[in-house]
Amino acid sequence: MSQDTAKRDRPWLMRTYSGHSSAQASNQLYRTNLSRGQTGLSVAFDLPTQTGYDSDHPLARGEVGKVGVPINHIGDMEALFDQIPLDQMNTSMTINATAPWLLALYVAVAERQGVDPSTLQGTTQNDVLKEYLSRGTYIYPPAPSVRLTTDLIAYTVANIPKWNPTNVCSYHLQEAGATPTQELAYALSTAIAILDAVKASGQVSQDCFHDVFGRISFFVNAGIRFVEETCKLRAFGRMWDELAQQRYGIENPKQRRFRYGVQVNSLGLTESQPENNVQRIVLEMLAVTLSKSSRARAIQLPAWNEALGLPRPWDQQWALRMQQVLALETDLLEYGDLFEGSHVVERKVQELISGAREEMSRVESQGGLVACIETGYVKSELVRSHTLRMRNIESGELQIIGVNCFQETAESPLTAGEESGIMKVDKKAEEEQIASLRSFRLNREHSRVEQALELLRTAATNGNNIMPPSIECARAGVTTGEWSEVLREVFGEYRAPTGIDITPLSESESEALVIVRERVRNTGKELGRPLRLLIGKPGLDGHSNGAEQIAVKARDAGFEIVYEGIRLTPAQIARAAQEEGVHLIGLSILSGSHMELIDDIFIELKNIGAADIPVVIGGIIPEEDAEHLLQNGLKAVFTPKDMDMNSIMDAMVTIIRQAHGLETST
Amino acid sequence: MQQANFKTSVDLAAAVSEGDRAALAAALNLLDDQRASVRSKAAELLAQLQLTQEFPDKHLVGITGPPGAGKSTLCAALISVWRKRGLRVGVLAVDPSSPISGGAFLGDRLRMQTSYEDDGVFVRSLSSRGQFGGLSAEVWPMSVVMLAGFDIVLIETVGVGQREADIARLCDTTCYVAQPGSGDSVQFLKAGILEVPHILVVNKEDMGDVARRTLAELRAALNREHPDGDWEVPVLPTSATKNAGVETLADVIHQHHNTLKAQQKLVPRRRRYQTYWIHKRLQEEFGSFGIEQLGGEQLLLTQLEENEVDLLQHYESLRVHLNKS
Ligand code: B12
Ligand SMILES: Nc1nc2c(ncn2[C@@H]2O[C@H](COP(=O)(O)OP(=O)(O)OP(=O)(O)O)[C@@H](O)[C@H]2O)c(=O)[nH]1
Ligand SMILES: [Mg+2]
Repeated sequence: MSQDTAKRDRPWLMRTYSGHSSAQASNQLYRTNLSRGQTGLSVAFDLPTQTGYDSDHPLARGEVGKVGVPINHIGDMEALFDQIPLDQMNTSMTINATAPWLLALYVAVAERQGVDPSTLQGTTQNDVLKEYLSRGTYIYPPAPSVRLTTDLIAYTVANIPKWNPTNVCSYHLQEAGATPTQELAYALSTAIAILDAVKASGQVSQDCFHDVFGRISFFVNAGIRFVEETCKLRAFGRMWDELAQQRYGIENPKQRRFRYGVQVNSLGLTESQPENNVQRIVLEMLAVTLSKSSRARAIQLPAWNEALGLPRPWDQQWALRMQQVLALETDLLEYGDLFEGSHVVERKVQELISGAREEMSRVESQGGLVACIETGYVKSELVRSHTLRMRNIESGELQIIGVNCFQETAESPLTAGEESGIMKVDKKAEEEQIASLRSFRLNREHSRVEQALELLRTAATNGNNIMPPSIECARAGVTTGEWSEVLREVFGEYRAPTGIDITPLSESESEALVIVRERVRNTGKELGRPLRLLIGKPGLDGHSNGAEQIAVKARDAGFEIVYEGIRLTPAQIARAAQEEGVHLIGLSILSGSHMELIDDIFIELKNIGAADIPVVIGGIIPEEDAEHLLQNGLKAVFTPKDMDMNSIMDAMVTIIRQAHGLETST
Repeated sequence: MQQANFKTSVDLAAAVSEGDRAALAAALNLLDDQRASVRSKAAELLAQLQLTQEFPDKHLVGITGPPGAGKSTLCAALISVWRKRGLRVGVLAVDPSSPISGGAFLGDRLRMQTSYEDDGVFVRSLSSRGQFGGLSAEVWPMSVVMLAGFDIVLIETVGVGQREADIARLCDTTCYVAQPGSGDSVQFLKAGILEVPHILVVNKEDMGDVARRTLAELRAALNREHPDGDWEVPVLPTSATKNAGVETLADVIHQHHNTLKAQQKLVPRRRRYQTYWIHKRLQEEFGSFGIEQLGGEQLLLTQLEENEVDLLQHYESLRVHLNKS
């Protein structure tokens, strides 16, 4: 045996991001996953919980328990971890705007289990800045949001020392179109914004600040260009180390280590020939495991049916097995760093570092990341990168197997069968959750709830750390909606820039575009004014990529566009469509709540006398739902299979022509 | 769309005046329509509104200024002040469009959102649609229709030059929103490129020193008397995001309205402006040839200015005359 192979490295933490329907159902799932060899928990919360609404709030309709577990109060949290001793768990919670609240509930449950909170281990994502740029579950304006982030950090460093208070995310940036350079630059700029804020808050002493730095971890993406991605991770490690020493004077090498977890790229996973996603996922996993010196600490993988809908337990098991085969069957963990001394890798790493440095100084010169979020600079840069990617797919320059080449396929047995290969959330889950929430509300001590909320309001107003009153709220039986509402009243709500206002790319002048533009123009002339399209994102869904790309394309095709960003109510969308006199409403829904939301939109349109405006939808819409919707008056359904956006534009013109009784052959 | 619900222009005009949102939307669509076949209907609608001599208590307010100065955010802040005062507000927001594709993002709306459950606010965006510098000719009739249904009609446009001159010819009161730290506004004012607004606003006062400096510069550069006479042009600081100075701005806008009314200037000015737009629209639709047919520009303008009858009705009859000949 060579020296290299003498000691096998320990495998990374293997996680499956999951949660659905209810705390009870998710608890079942977690216990099954743990018994199958999963070594940590990664909790997915539903969108109302992430955006601070109780399950019975009107905005929560259709979203309860859909993409994650609904947690309304301590009772739900207790059920979620039933028979899972928190002192033995490492729990990762994907929670941001409401992170202090969910951590407070976790602490309160630990107390009830008789576990000393100071021994808890796990992670709160708690990176709200990328919410404005990609993920969409922000609530308050950036400044108070950053303050909540720093409060959580300051609290855990002092009271729950093994907790990872913040997981700075570059994952979501890549999912919104970021290049590796942008991922590096914006994630590190995020870390700077947070660390500077912690410093400025005066809540931690200089000594403790080193601990804060040491507890910052990252959540990174790994895309299909896996060699470049390996280099990106090396670049991350070096730039972080440099930042630690130069900007923050951190001396201890252990505190300077770039610690990161991974979810591999999902944006590139396709609806067409979904079996190919397995290869993609495995290759992407290599990017973050091959190199020992920059290996991920924790990995969670998407499932082969990512672009179809939510994964079933079996799909998740398959994803977990991919990791196990790599870690336990192969010889990967027996070697030292495979790339050390490679000139090729080194050159690429240097290239990425210098690109990222340039972008970071651009951000810094504009006042830092928070300022660049407020002005929309970073968001526009991401939209531009994504637009470029889409153009390259359209032109065939970027090949995606099964999508823009090798499209022929035999029928897949994977998507056959009754459930068409995805998880169906029990429709009763929402009703049951609401019923249990209402009875919980009736059975708590009201004066204690009121008092706790008053403490919360005081802390929010006078700047005291938000965690202690939040923990008291958790114990008192306050609900997620109540906690968030108090802070909404103090901090206000925010609507982030949409980033779509980018100058047209020269690449966008394809022949197909010129043809469709002519048709848009002519149809506008026939109808007396330029064609006008409202792009609407109803509900709590934060997936904005599709809406943004359609908006940019439609603008380039000559449409006048009304797009007000994510999280609008059906009533808001209907009214805007009427006020603006649009010819077509295009909805984009990926959260799975399309059935309920479209019903509501039709009702609203009818109520205000605008039922004649045609409506189309794009997003993750299962085939049987699509059929149903088309029968109910929806004019067209577009899904990720419809990659050719010029054809989408053309189809929209046809629908407008039909609605106005114009010839559709021209 | 939905014009079908309002059988005649009389019905439509009545519904618009009552503040019916669907009717207003339909009317705006109609006025925006460039088809020759629809223009007559549009003119009929305008004629039905019989606005010219009426509604002195209603107010047309223009907000203009350089890109990104915070005009839309300031509009949102003003809207909420006015709503609290029980006033109904209609907004026309003009965004630039791409000269190549003709496409446009109508982005002002995003910054203006107030309460959606509020029937007292109605926002319509417009693209400038490649009009060289100027405001698209639709803005005028649209503003007329909005005035029928709202107490205040707010018009946002970007820029200086022709568009800014046009907005001055459209509104009773124009506010120019300056960007702190940009010397442009001062230069433009001094050079006379910028028509003197009735109110100058330095927004983003929360930026501190830069804002204070710009405020001082503008105060110094400005000959405080407005060329219209009898109005001292105030230079006001606001912060649209921090909601500071907005109440005062609303008060001053109101004051200017009162001054115009007290000086008996409001209605004659509206008439003068409408003359300009009627001429512009007739020229656009029937060309110089059409104007010749009406006896030439000079005669037309004099006629319109002297005309004691309703201008909008007169406009319609001129159109009918031209269409016949
Ligand atoms: C990228 C992505 C994200 C990004 C979103 C970044 C952003 N700003 O958009 C990030 C990482 C933030 C994210 C987060 C989450 N995601 Co996600 N995400 C995806 C992913 C991988 C790709 C979606 C995408 O952007 N595609 C690229 C765009 C261009 O394609 P598109 O939107 O489909 O648009 C095309 C067509 O659909 C159509 N179209 C779309 N809209 C419109 C509109 C009009 C008018 C027209 C004409 C056409 C049209 O045209 C487009 C061009 O072809 C999908 C899975 C997949 N591969 O599809 C999951 C997926 C949508 N996500 C999912 C989930 C659950 C989440 C989370 C809720 C997880 C959680 N519990 O926290 C979070 C929270 C997000 C939130 N706030 O709502 C689920 C939804 C499940 C369901 N519907 O049942 C999916 C399906 C993954 C899965 N299988 O679990 N996600
Ligand atoms: N600091 C500060 N920023 C402001 C203020 N008002 C607006 N902004 C910001 O300035 C940017 C532009 O605001 P808008 O209201 O869109 O400006 P606009 O003049 O309407 O812009 P265009 O219509 O694109 O010309 C946004 O990022 C606003 O948040 C203010 O009072 N203070
Ligand atoms: Mg604006």
